[in-house]
Amino acid sequence: MLRVEGLSKQFGGLHAVRDCSFTIEEGTITGLIGPNGAGKTTTFNMIAGELAPTSGRIIYQGEDIAGLPTHQMFHRGIVRTFQIPHEFGKMTVLENLMVVPPAQPGEHIFNNWINPRAVRAREEEVRDKAETALEFLSISHLRDERAGNLSGGQKKLLELGRTMMTDAKLVLLDEPGAGVNPTLVLKIIDMIAQLKAERGYTFCIIEHDMDLIASLCDPVIVLAEGTVLTEGTMGEVRSNPEVLDAYLGGGEEDDE
Amino acid sequence: MDAFYGYMLYGISLATMGGIYAVLTLGLNVQWGFTGLFNAGIAGFFGIGAYTTAILTTAPTHRHLGGYEMPYVVGFLAAMLLCGIIAYLVGKVCLRLRSDYLAIATIGIAEIFRLILKNETWATNGPRGVSEIPKPFEHWPEPWNQFAFLALVLVIVAIVYVLVEVARKSPWGRVMTAIRENEPSAKAAGKNVEVFRMEGFVIGCMIMALAGALMAHYLKFVDPNATDPLLATFLVWVMLIVGGSANNKGAILGAFLMWVVWSATEIVTSRLPDELAIRAAYIRIFLIGLMLQIFLQKFPQGILPEKRPTVPKSNRNSETV
Repeated sequence: MLRVEGLSKQFGGLHAVRDCSFTIEEGTITGLIGPNGAGKTTTFNMIAGELAPTSGRIIYQGEDIAGLPTHQMFHRGIVRTFQIPHEFGKMTVLENLMVVPPAQPGEHIFNNWINPRAVRAREEEVRDKAETALEFLSISHLRDERAGNLSGGQKKLLELGRTMMTDAKLVLLDEPGAGVNPTLVLKIIDMIAQLKAERGYTFCIIEHDMDLIASLCDPVIVLAEGTVLTEGTMGEVRSNPEVLDAYLGGGEEDDE
Repeated sequence: MDAFYGYMLYGISLATMGGIYAVLTLGLNVQWGFTGLFNAGIAGFFGIGAYTTAILTTAPTHRHLGGYEMPYVVGFLAAMLLCGIIAYLVGKVCLRLRSDYLAIATIGIAEIFRLILKNETWATNGPRGVSEIPKPFEHWPEPWNQFAFLALVLVIVAIVYVLVEVARKSPWGRVMTAIRENEPSAKAAGKNVEVFRMEGFVIGCMIMALAGALMAHYLKFVDPNATDPLLATFLVWVMLIVGGSANNKGAILGAFLMWVVWSATEIVTSRLPDELAIRAAYIRIFLIGLMLQIFLQKFPQGILPEKRPTVPKSNRNSETV
């Protein structure tokens, strides 16, 4: 589904990602792990279009999409969440979801003045979709709350909810379990599995919580110092001495 | 009786100017309140609007370009259209800049406009300005002509209010708010942020041009002082912040309230002894600054804070929870 070939990103003298190549197969939940500073989020940012790679290619459904802007990635079905929740703080929880769906007639300002009927009809569809997502996340009671007032865990759920508001194909989750209590992590694991089964999303997950990775991800790709160290099932990766080495040794002078 | 008549005329002029400022503040609200664009060059777009309609609607004269003796409507529409085009070009260059950088760039651009209006004498009559601008209803008897002009201004305020309020509550306004709240996330939600930001900037500037055109017809005169940043930029910002950013009712309230306060400071400073009178202009600015401080201490988000619309619940039976 998505192939990364020789991807590199340089910030000044820092090689955040260098000559990184891997594949995300359709229908998998691929884990992306590695010590802090391994280049996981930078890789995500390049796939999601937030950063243009210094060199290398990102082949998605047969097309090189490296360097396209974020909104075009979205319209190709690549949707991402953020490590630190990026909610729209002063908007209601429902609005946070309703803003996402593409091609809303009401996004063209003139339609609101001259064709309010079409806008309203679509608004009802979008609202129903958002309410369904809130029910799935079991945060319906927060519908009209300002998103900025939510707890850390609830914001994480809202991040996940945004991926449900469009016809996503590849969903990139950046640490969905970070800063979330263990009970909620279990719930999130269930939700991800359910979304894959019901909606056929392909996932790629960055995570430090090894339980989450172990229960969801196959295969697991290990990044270290900006490049792929190894790849395999969680069991294979775990027993690889190089991986342990990367976590304990090489990574410690890096920070993210 | 005469005193009463005088007060009434003064009240009408206060309300008329307040209304013109309300239009200007609504324009800024689209840019700053909805979208988070820090436009510190309001005066420039206000001035362009004023001069455009002035040149188009005055009788022919050798003092400046035109006049072309066109109807008011043409003057208003041309002012908005020209300002929209100029805003688009300015936006192409400046909108990539974030908040404070955009502020500096727009201050610079407004200064450029001011210097052009001052120095291109063939078109604008330079510092002497454009005079004898026709005023709607001016041939009506006093005071009905004043009332009629006030009514015109209030109708325009109402129309602009309805249009921008519909826009604010619409999916368009939702995207604008999302961009203001968190730009990376708006991009990740597939929104073409550059296009939306440009729309907000251009629409805001066109509304400012409309206010400028109203002012030109109201005063029947416009000179480069119309683009004075104190009155046409700074005061508008105070109005929006006091009234409530991102709240259209707040913008209108702030405009009328601060215009009354600004005018009242003149009454205070005109009573000052002669040796202080010379500094009166600065005392007025000081008083406005003080007012802003007091209001912000009391109402940190403005008198009427932002309120996002709540979407009515759907009629479906909810299955879970």
